[in-house]
Amino acid sequence: MTGTPTGAGTPAVLATGIDVTLGGHQILQGVDLRVERGEVVALLGANGSGKSTLVRALLGIAPRTAGEVHLLGSRLGNGVPWDRVGYVPQRLPVGAGVPATAVEVVVSGLVHGRTLRPPRDARRRALAALEQVGMAAHAKRSVLQMSGGQQQRVLIARALVREPDLLVLDEPTSGIDLPTQETFVATVRALHERGGTVLVILHELGSFADLIDRAVALRHGRVVYDGPPPSARGEHADHAHDHTHPHADPAQPGAGSTGLSMEVLP
Amino acid sequence: MTWFETLQAMLSSPLMQRALLAAVLVGAAAPVVGTFLVQRRLALMGDGIGHVALTGVALGWLVGTWAGLVPSDTLAVPGAVVASVVGATAIEWVRARGRTSGDLALAIMFYGGIAGGVLLIKLAGGTNANLVSYLFGSISTVSTADLWWIAGLAVGVLLVGLGLRHALFAVSHDEEFARGSGLPVTALNMVVATMSALTVTVAMRVVGLLLVSALMIVPVAVAQLIAGSFARTMALASAIGVAVSVVGLSITYWEDVPPGATIVLLAIALYAMAAVTRPLFAGRRRGDAPHHDPHPELPDDVQLPVARG
Repeated sequence: MTGTPTGAGTPAVLATGIDVTLGGHQILQGVDLRVERGEVVALLGANGSGKSTLVRALLGIAPRTAGEVHLLGSRLGNGVPWDRVGYVPQRLPVGAGVPATAVEVVVSGLVHGRTLRPPRDARRRALAALEQVGMAAHAKRSVLQMSGGQQQRVLIARALVREPDLLVLDEPTSGIDLPTQETFVATVRALHERGGTVLVILHELGSFADLIDRAVALRHGRVVYDGPPPSARGEHADHAHDHTHPHADPAQPGAGSTGLSMEVLP
Repeated sequence: MTWFETLQAMLSSPLMQRALLAAVLVGAAAPVVGTFLVQRRLALMGDGIGHVALTGVALGWLVGTWAGLVPSDTLAVPGAVVASVVGATAIEWVRARGRTSGDLALAIMFYGGIAGGVLLIKLAGGTNANLVSYLFGSISTVSTADLWWIAGLAVGVLLVGLGLRHALFAVSHDEEFARGSGLPVTALNMVVATMSALTVTVAMRVVGLLLVSALMIVPVAVAQLIAGSFARTMALASAIGVAVSVVGLSITYWEDVPPGATIVLLAIALYAMAAVTRPLFAGRRRGDAPHHDPHPELPDDVQLPVARG
């Protein structure tokens, strides 16, 4: 790749030949992933297919045994503009009982990379981010006392407080109440409209369906599909059904571009 | 003599002045580190470091004897500093690997620390009685040189702990997210480990190596029952640390009781009181904060999968 470290022409995510081995098991094998700037890409696959591990490897959380990752044009490491990358994990880790308010958790999103102290206006920005996800009234409450959905919104705010160009969401729809799901969709839509890039892990396209530009599916740790978002198997029971899409198909690299249908749920 | 005159007499004794200053510094610094340790479920780390530090004390003593220093325990504190930093780094390293055998490795390291200390002090020409003042504290024998060590280390721990509190909070609260934010997670974890080690050596003279961890952890346990935020938990824990240290030490001025144990028991008594009266605080907090769930009770529109990566 050529271009300046944060060059706008480079892909938002460029991963080549990612191998991840955890606990002696090879979780990912030679995964390539390219997400262009401004794209909304869904990462699909059954439980245990390696979706979360791939996202965690892209962000440097899960250790890679092989492969290269570039985020926003910079190789994974100190060069990445971490203030432009937002990540929403599946859930908040269970703490040991030390209370932390929603504001404190969101402000912790403002320390990243080599920025070890939050900026002066951190509190104001944190409150604005909480406002965006409808949690302003709960800003001073301890996250330990919140419901799962409320905690999830605080985690969205923690990612949004950076005003990210690249937002990575890990299964935002699993086990979450409807208002929080709607917050997720609104967040992705708003980010997409101002040219942001979104990589989202999904079990089903569901409420995100009309936002997704492209889908990448994993199976047994390998990419088995990369193309337009597939329809749900439930709606298209006929496997011979010819998939057509209202928008122009983007370039489809690799094999398997014959309209793989995704299973919604058993 | 009125109580005021007694207080004046206590405060004008140079020995008591040194001891009180040491107690304030240690009482303030230990819970700051303790808050990070409790948050990351490493409440027992201080105990482990304390065990390893004993070997350091004895090593310092041994070196002091060889070098012909007077008194021969001049190097005890520096020895403890080195041993605790090495021990804390090793504990953090084992923790980060997350191996199941790590538990055993830590246990063996702790026992080795105590046994090594007892053996080395004998070789250094000391007796186990010499070790007792380190194991259980001897704040009344704090010398001016000790005070300098305590002051320097305590101020250093406070400056780093407060200056980097947002980054240390991020790492302790959600280590994976911190890693995914490009933060130098390993380095920050080592900062916490090193701060713990230095706190152990600082608090060694006040409460003793065996009770060192209590001064780091118990004030935090009290504070988290009462406070509603991380910052307030830390501030309150620090205040409690100072209060129990000063009160505990003052008691020993009138009553012949060991200061370290008195301080720790005072903190535990506070914890018991806070735990009993907690429903009162919780009731008040519920009153002034929106506690109801704003989401309507609707069934999910889809059959939700079991959330697993």
